[in-house]
Amino acid sequence: MTRLTESHPEGLERGHERAEARRGFLHALPAYLYLVVFFALPLVIVFVFSFASRSRTGKPVLADWNLESYQRLFEPVVAQIILRSLWLAVLNTVLCLLIGYPFAYWLATRRSAARRAVLLVLVLIPFWSNFLVRTYAWRVLLGEHGFVTEVGRALGLWDKLLFTQPAVFLGLLYGYLPFMVLPLYAALERMDWSLVEAARDLYASGLTAFRRVTLPLSKPGIIAGSILVFVPSLGAYVTPDILGGAKTTLIGNYVVRQFGAARNWPFGAALSFVILVAMLVATIVYFRTEARTL
Amino acid sequence: MSRRAGTSKNADRVLSLHGLVVFAFLYVPIGLLVFFSFSDSASLNVWGGWSLRWYRRMFDNGPLLTSIRNSVVVALVSTVVSTVLGTAAAIALERYRRWLGKRTFDALLYLPVIIPDVTMGVMLLMWFTTIGWRLSLTTIILSHIAFNISFVAIVVRARLAGLDPALEEAAMDLYADRWRAFRRVTLPLIAPGIAGGALLALTLSLDDVVITSLVQGPGSTTLPVFVFGLIKRQVTPEINAVSTVMLVASIVLVFGSLAFQRRKSDSVQ
Repeated sequence: MTRLTESHPEGLERGHERAEARRGFLHALPAYLYLVVFFALPLVIVFVFSFASRSRTGKPVLADWNLESYQRLFEPVVAQIILRSLWLAVLNTVLCLLIGYPFAYWLATRRSAARRAVLLVLVLIPFWSNFLVRTYAWRVLLGEHGFVTEVGRALGLWDKLLFTQPAVFLGLLYGYLPFMVLPLYAALERMDWSLVEAARDLYASGLTAFRRVTLPLSKPGIIAGSILVFVPSLGAYVTPDILGGAKTTLIGNYVVRQFGAARNWPFGAALSFVILVAMLVATIVYFRTEARTL
Repeated sequence: MSRRAGTSKNADRVLSLHGLVVFAFLYVPIGLLVFFSFSDSASLNVWGGWSLRWYRRMFDNGPLLTSIRNSVVVALVSTVVSTVLGTAAAIALERYRRWLGKRTFDALLYLPVIIPDVTMGVMLLMWFTTIGWRLSLTTIILSHIAFNISFVAIVVRARLAGLDPALEEAAMDLYADRWRAFRRVTLPLIAPGIAGGALLALTLSLDDVVITSLVQGPGSTTLPVFVFGLIKRQVTPEINAVSTVMLVASIVLVFGSLAFQRRKSDSVQ
């Protein structure tokens, strides 16, 4: 290649560049077309449907465009579901961080590399395990005569938790904790620990060294983990459906209900868009914070 | 050594205790679930002696076996297609500097990863209905490919980014044509990345409940969706047996991916 361009300058160079551009485009083309047809267009359709109306039988009608579905978001029942979902997602993210950070720190500070590897595998197993199965495990524990129920009764602290909000919350915490731990572990493992040592040598206390060195350096892990927990918690469907009851409906279940029993597609579309916007806001915040730390 | 620089002995003790409690939190629930799948009792909380009766019952359950077959078909087809498309996309993004619509494609590729399942499922359901496509096993496969392409592309791209493009160029300087340079030099080097991406796609496909339950047609249920329905009706030790089988499958996949990762670090060094 180099030899060719030396003997025939400019013209061939440009031709070569154009051929390269064409090749790059052709490599991406199948995936590009696929994502346009099965992702981008469906996204547009949801947006269009959210302004549509529906017939008496519940069929969506692409006429009489209106904002009714979006107005319904402010009805007390609906607003309550949205706020409850946001609250649970935030609470879950914060708790996963509070529990996950010291845990990841502990994993990353084990001295022997072999031991760290074994502990990492022990975190990876629940991370890769089927989410439904892991949620089901709690259905049994929290149910009548379940282990957690019996312990609570013996201590006189709580009764059967199944189908209550605390049960949904426990399920979310259990389900998404590994999603927080892994990025935190990756950040702490990669970190240059001699920096902490340097801070200590300069008479920083253990706490100060942590606050001024370790914490800022592990920030990318904190942000990545928070996104990985927040987004699926906000859209949670399986957990509230298995562990929750009528009073713990979250936005994920509520959306799906619009496509089943409730038969209100335009409203379901508007609700999906709310989730989408919340997710986009969270990711934009993520990328902006990321850019600032780099 | 330096690893514990910031932590005093007492703090480390507290951290260790916390670590053990978290591990217990992660493992006791699934441990009990597996344990009771071997119990002879119909109760999920009272031990009735060792027995394989729930596993036998599982293998006599026709609809369950059909759903397993559906799951395997969906997972394999969607993994193969998304691995091919995702790998090509990763090469386009990582190896070719400028081409028409590259930045748009880059953004489009990341969206399916961060979008919540419910939204993705609703989008696809509306789309299939709008274009008049009858819901069936095919619509499930098409949907799984849609979310898997991105995951494969991200994993393969990370692998490609760590490779020196000079290797492929050197092969071409030695008169290997483009295809041979790719097949003999680049492909073997990114193979662990492709395998890792494929395993991830396989896992995601085998785990999906939400999207599948929205785009499935009559009689085309996959295993997780079928089990989801069972759990909502009534919990029985048979579900524990199915769950145990699913957990074993996950663990096999974890060790598979770890084996590939080890090969990855070997070949980089």
